Order: sequence, then C-alpha cells, then structure tokens
Amino acid sequence: MTALDTSTAPAAAAAPGAPALVVTGLSIRFGGLTAVEDMTFEVNEGEVLSLIGPNGAGKTSAFNAITGYIQAASGSIVYRGAPLLGLKPNQIAAHGVVRTFQKTSVFNGLPVLDNVLVGLHLRARQHPLAIILGLPGVKRDEARLREAAWDILTLVGLDGRAHETAASLPYGELRLLEVAIALAAEPTLLLLDEPVSGMNPSETGAFMALLGRIRARGVTVLLVEHDMKMVMGVSDRVVCLNQGRIIADGPPAAIQRDPQVIRAYLGERYVRARG
Amino acid sequence: MSRAVTLASSLSWVAFLVTLPLWMNDLYFLHVLIITGIFIVAAMSLNLLLGYTGQLSLGHVAFFGIGAYVSSLVSLGFEIHVWGETTVSLEPKPVWLAMLVAVMFAGLCGFMIGKISFKVRGAYFVIVSVSFAEVTRLVALNWLELTQGPMALNNIPYLKLGIPGVGQIDFIGKLPNYYLVLGVAILTYVIIRRLVRSRAGRAMIALRENEPLATSVGIDVTRFLVLATVVSAGLAGLAGAVYAHYVRIVDPDVFLFIYTVTMVIMVVTGGKGTLAGPIVGGLIFGILPEVLRGFEVMPEIQWVVYGVLMILIVYFLPEGIVPALRDAWRRWAGRSGTPPARPTVVVEAQP
Ligand SMILES: Nc1ncnc2c1ncn2[C@@H]1O[C@H](COP(=O)(O)OP(=O)(O)O)[C@@H](O)[C@H]1O
Ligand SMILES: [Mg+2]
Repeated sequence: MTALDTSTAPAAAAAPGAPALVVTGLSIRFGGLTAVEDMTFEVNEGEVLSLIGPNGAGKTSAFNAITGYIQAASGSIVYRGAPLLGLKPNQIAAHGVVRTFQKTSVFNGLPVLDNVLVGLHLRARQHPLAIILGLPGVKRDEARLREAAWDILTLVGLDGRAHETAASLPYGELRLLEVAIALAAEPTLLLLDEPVSGMNPSETGAFMALLGRIRARGVTVLLVEHDMKMVMGVSDRVVCLNQGRIIADGPPAAIQRDPQVIRAYLGERYVRARG
Repeated sequence: MSRAVTLASSLSWVAFLVTLPLWMNDLYFLHVLIITGIFIVAAMSLNLLLGYTGQLSLGHVAFFGIGAYVSSLVSLGFEIHVWGETTVSLEPKPVWLAMLVAVMFAGLCGFMIGKISFKVRGAYFVIVSVSFAEVTRLVALNWLELTQGPMALNNIPYLKLGIPGVGQIDFIGKLPNYYLVLGVAILTYVIIRRLVRSRAGRAMIALRENEPLATSVGIDVTRFLVLATVVSAGLAGLAGAVYAHYVRIVDPDVFLFIYTVTMVIMVVTGGKGTLAGPIVGGLIFGILPEVLRGFEVMPEIQWVVYGVLMILIVYFLPEGIVPALRDAWRRWAGRSGTPPARPTVVVEAQP
C-alpha cells in the first residue's frame, strides 16, 4: 500500500471545510520594504484556494514565510493547530505543508525517478546504522519507495521519462516533475507557486486535470497563479493581494466582479474598456 | 550496465586482487599497493563529503592522523600528567580494540567539526577543517609526554586476530597487511555504497544538487551533513589506524597538508561523487610515482609529470575519469538499447 493509493483516505484526519491553515496578521519586511502587511486569511481542509495579485504583490513572500524560508516580521501561521512560525522548512514539511517554487526547481543532475525518490524522504524508514549494516529491512523499504515513486510518476504522467536526467526534460515536464517531487513528500497542504506559467494551453489543461486528481485525494491546495482561466476554473475561493495587502476574499465569481480586484489586478485600462 | 555485468566485473576485480600476491612476489611492489590501498580508503572517505555532499574538507588528513595516533596510543598505553601530581594512564590494549577506539574517536571529532562548521557552510567549512588539521598536527608535535613529538611513537604493536577455526593471524609484514588493507578497502567501499544508495545518501546528494528544494521535502540539512562527516571521519580514522599498525611508527608528519591534497587529487581526477572514482584516481596517483621511479626518472621530473597529468585530466575530463568512461559506455550501449520501462517488482510482504 502506498499513501497515494486512491482507494485509501489521505492522512487528513480533519473534517473537510474546517480551517487548516490560519494566517493571522502576517507582515513581511525586507529592510525598509514591506512586502506583506497584516495579512489574515484561512485555507480550509480540502479546498483549492488561489492567491492572486499583480507582480510584486507579495504572494511568493507569503509562501516563503509559511514554509519557513523567510522569517515573518510579525503575525502567526498555524497549521492544524500547530504554530509554524520559527520552524525550519524541513520541519514544516514534516507537518504536511509542502511547496513548489516559482522558479523551476528540480534536482537537475539526477534521473527523474531519483528526483521523486528524494521527495519520498519523509516516508522512508531507514536508520543510518541499519543502512551501514545492510539490514534487509532497508532493502525492503527501498523497494517500497521505488513502487511509490513509480506510482507518483504515473499520476503526473512522467513514467515514460523515469530514467532520463531531469535536466533533459522539456519545460512543461519539468514543471510536472516539480509537482511530483512535492507530492512525494505526502503533503496535506500543497502550495503551488505559478505552476503553469510558461506552459502552453494544452499543457495548462493537462495540469488542471492533474490538480483535480490531487484534490480528489483530499490534499488541500494553496495556489498562486496568473492564468485567470485556470484560477477561476479550479478555485473554491480566491484571495487577492495588492501591494502586500489583501483587498478581496471570496468565491471566484465574486472576485471576478470585484471592482477593486479588477482595478488592481487587471489594471485601470481593463475597467475602462468594460465601461 | 546491467546488474549481472556489474556484479561479474566486481567479482573478477576482487578475485584479481586476492590472487595478486600469488603470482606477483615483488615485496616492494606489495608495499606500494598497501600504501596505495590505505590512501584509497582515505580518498573514498573524503569522497563521501566532497563528492556526495559537495562539502570541501581540506583538513581530511586530520581524521587519518587522529586514527593513527589514537590507535597507536591505546595499543601502546600511556601515562600523562594533567594537573600537578594527578596522572591519567592507560594500560596497553589489544590492537583490534585500539583500532575500534580510533575509529570511534575520529568519528566523534567528525561529529564536532560537522556540528560547528555546518551552521555556516562553504568557505567556512574549508577554513574550519584546515585549521582543525593544523591544530591536531601542532598537538602531536608539542605534547611530548603523550606523543613523543617529533621523536615519533615507535614499536607500535601489530594487529593479532584470533579467528575461530583458523587460529591466530599476525598482521606483520607485507602479505598479511596486503590482505588486511584489501579487506578494509572492500568494507569501506561497501559501507559507502550502501549509504549513497539509501535514504541517507539521497539526502546528501539532494543537498548538493539543490538545497532549498531538498529542505522543502523535509530533509534536515545539518543532520545529514553531520552524518556524512561522522562516517567519513570514522573511515579515514580506520585508514590511519591500519597505517599505524603496518608501518609501526607514527610521527606528526601524518598530519601534513600535502596528504589532504593527495586525497583531493585522487577523488577529483577519478571522479567525485562516483563509487569507483577514488579507486581509479588512487591507483593512478598511488602507483604512478613508483612506475616513474622504475624508469629512473629524477624526483623533480616526477613531480612535474604528476602535476601535468593532473592538469590534463582535470582540463579534458572535468568530471573525472570514471564519469567520462561511464558516459562513453552509455553512448555506445545506448545506440542499441531500448529504454527500460517500469520494472515489475514484487514488493515483499511488510513485517
Ligand atoms: N529576498 C528579497 N529581498 C528583498 N526584497 C524582496 C525579496 N523577495 C521579494 N522582495 C520584494 O518583495 C515584494 C514582493 O515580492 P514577491 O513576494 O516576490 O511578489 P509576487 O510573488 O507577488 O510577485 C517585491 O517588491 C519584491 O521586490
Ligand atoms: Mg511570485
């Protein structure tokens, strides 16, 4: 049995709809620059929440603070009751909160399969002494991990590429591999930072289908994305950020009509054009 | 390369090395092989750090020297004055026990160096490791009561092992030590191979390749860098202990920087981050000086040949010899081979 087996429920013990990630009064500063100011929002169990906003709005900074890559100036970040503030990224991953990066990030020199095996790190059960002594349990665990890695590659549609070096993949597949690595870490909350940027429409369509499969497993998703068709198509709720502040929070349809969002995100010209 | 081919080639290599003394009875050459083998063990241990985690340890000889001194001192026994009339003394212990203590002590030093220097890495680790090696050398040179300083530790006992059914083996002289070094080298190879093909080794490689991504999936940087340093230091210490009980005299020169440089050259030319790299590099740079001496090349010219060869290898094969050969093999085999699909592995029942 692997944890990505569709027939089994994911680790999520919490009821769907209950708040999973609670961000309260989050502020992030870089020297004199305030990237995020007093940001408060919640992501509920099992939902897809999109964080949108123009470039420089502070979306990636918020991701970095939630996943421990930068220190917040103030505020609190709580996931399933556990405060994440002050934890290191690897500790946060152990809480089930795993992110991808805006700038494509894989293990370039390793084969695709090994990329996913690295992602399975937290699922491996191998004590260093057992490894050195070559105990049979380690071998069994490795076989189990390989199975899980193949399952994940099949899920994202990269099983045909398993033995190729990551660096040799075309761009669209690299972005799929990033998601495969993150999924391997068995997230209950997955943060995706502009996963389809640079993809063509058919690749984006395939990615939306993958997102559907991911959420079918009960994984909660926090998505940063500029592709509005995708955002409106996959999100349960949308939070719009502008210059570090949340200016709107609601279902996609309401966000699409919100004049503040239209002004901030799509620009004044768009508002005038619509009349 | 298929698994069967790999296994067959490993076995034939081992068979070749095991039978070598039977048809090659030049004792001096056997000595060269023993010293080369000890250096290869040290280079393999360095490769774990330099090749797999990507941390440049320029003080690696410290762990080798610590292994040599600790094993010698525990097997010789010592008495030192610590404060006024207070003395600390140790009765001589069996050599196998001394070697074990040496490995553990070197590993412990690795643990401390790792903990200190991986807070901030890169250049800082280089500096800490170099300074550590220099400090250990100065201690060996100046703590006369313990180490005899430049007068060296003499008459170090040789290893005696009682093997049930075989009787006692005395590891004295060339032939037994050749097999001892061969055994230690195989052990080291197997340990490093197991490590790098496990969760731990993948974590080390992942940190080298892309640290932010590695931490995002839960890899604890410090934990796995320290683990690599401990194992690496312990194995270097083992090499040092084997060396001490073979040559049976140890002086502070075992800490010389040039030995670290030699290990680095072996790893880099052979191919860092590959299992065979340090062996290939070690054989070339361990045996080459003797070959040159055989041709009665003057020592100065020897060094020039040494240097030029190293520059040529690094210039034309920047990844090292082993990766270059592997790529060539892949290109050759890849023309006819079909890409392997998902293997149908039956996962054994979980206990
Ligand atoms: N490491 C950093 N150092 C200094 N300024 C930064 C850093 N990261 C982001 N910023 C600044 O913070 C603001 C928000 O950036 P970012 O979070 O990347 O926005 P977004 O992801 O919404 O495009 C920008 O003005 C950006 O220049
Ligand atoms: Mg961004």
